[in-house]
Amino acid sequence: MLAFCQWLESTRWSIALHESIWGYPIVESVHVLTLCLFLGLSVMLDLRLLGVTMLKTPVSEVLGRLLPWTIAGFIVMVITGSLLFYAIPVKTYLNIFFRLKLAFLLLAGLNVAVFHLTIYRKMAQWDLDPVPPFRARLAGGISLALWAGIVVAGRMIAYNWFDKAA
Amino acid sequence: MSVLSFFTWCENTSIGEAIRASLWLFPAIESFHLLALAVIGGAVLVVNLRLLGFGFQRQPVAQLWRDTRPWMLGSLSVMLVSGMLLFTSEAVKLYYHEAFWVKMTSLLLSILFTFTVHRKVALADEGRVRPFWSKMAALISILIWTGVGVGGRWIGFS
Repeated sequence: MLAFCQWLESTRWSIALHESIWGYPIVESVHVLTLCLFLGLSVMLDLRLLGVTMLKTPVSEVLGRLLPWTIAGFIVMVITGSLLFYAIPVKTYLNIFFRLKLAFLLLAGLNVAVFHLTIYRKMAQWDLDPVPPFRARLAGGISLALWAGIVVAGRMIAYNWFDKAA
Repeated sequence: MSVLSFFTWCENTSIGEAIRASLWLFPAIESFHLLALAVIGGAVLVVNLRLLGFGFQRQPVAQLWRDTRPWMLGSLSVMLVSGMLLFTSEAVKLYYHEAFWVKMTSLLLSILFTFTVHRKVALADEGRVRPFWSKMAALISILIWTGVGVGGRWIGFS
């Protein structure tokens, strides 16, 4: 894996992006600001699942309306995130916060999968409830906690307190 | 007292010094700043997407405004407090940074716009505001808030 990152780092475009005056900052800014679109709307969704906001709006409608935007935001996040990794592969790969972030991302994905395979299937029964059933609230809560972890870990990638030498 | 000497004073307060001296305080405060960014983004976008006609058409805008208001005000407070703390740790550097002034100008405009025009449009009775003007209000809101974000992110690049 490290060898792969080292190879990645030696490619022409990785060097170009790393050394660019505008490219890297622009990609990074898009990554951070898409946080509003992707995570901001996911938070609203999770808060609805927790039963603390938009209580008069059916859950299905909140999901239906916000999901397309969060998916679009997520795609932008993944693309810009990959580019940021591509610009600095070795250092990022060795960074403990980056690994934490990936682990949290995996768990967040798992949480979404579990939600969709279980309580989501019975949504018709609790769609109009101001406060959804426990399993749905649990999914919303776990999601909020994991994404908070992902944001914090992501921010911390910039710091190299625990970096091992490559 | 000039602005610069005020900024210098801020930087020399014990809070500013403590944040500068600490290895982890700045990143920790910054993390809160980022988390609040996500929440404020969501709260602002829900209302604006509705104004732009992308969904929640059965909910009155006023209801969405009221539903999201606590989150918007809460995250804005976290933003302001954490932002001020970050500011005190490097106030003089910020004084000379264009991005900081772009951010502060956009922030002032955003807050003014949100709590005057935007609020009025969102809380107006259905049909009182022509769709064109609600959409304009939403676009302007998204635009100036984005200005705050871009300015903020750009402070990190020098």
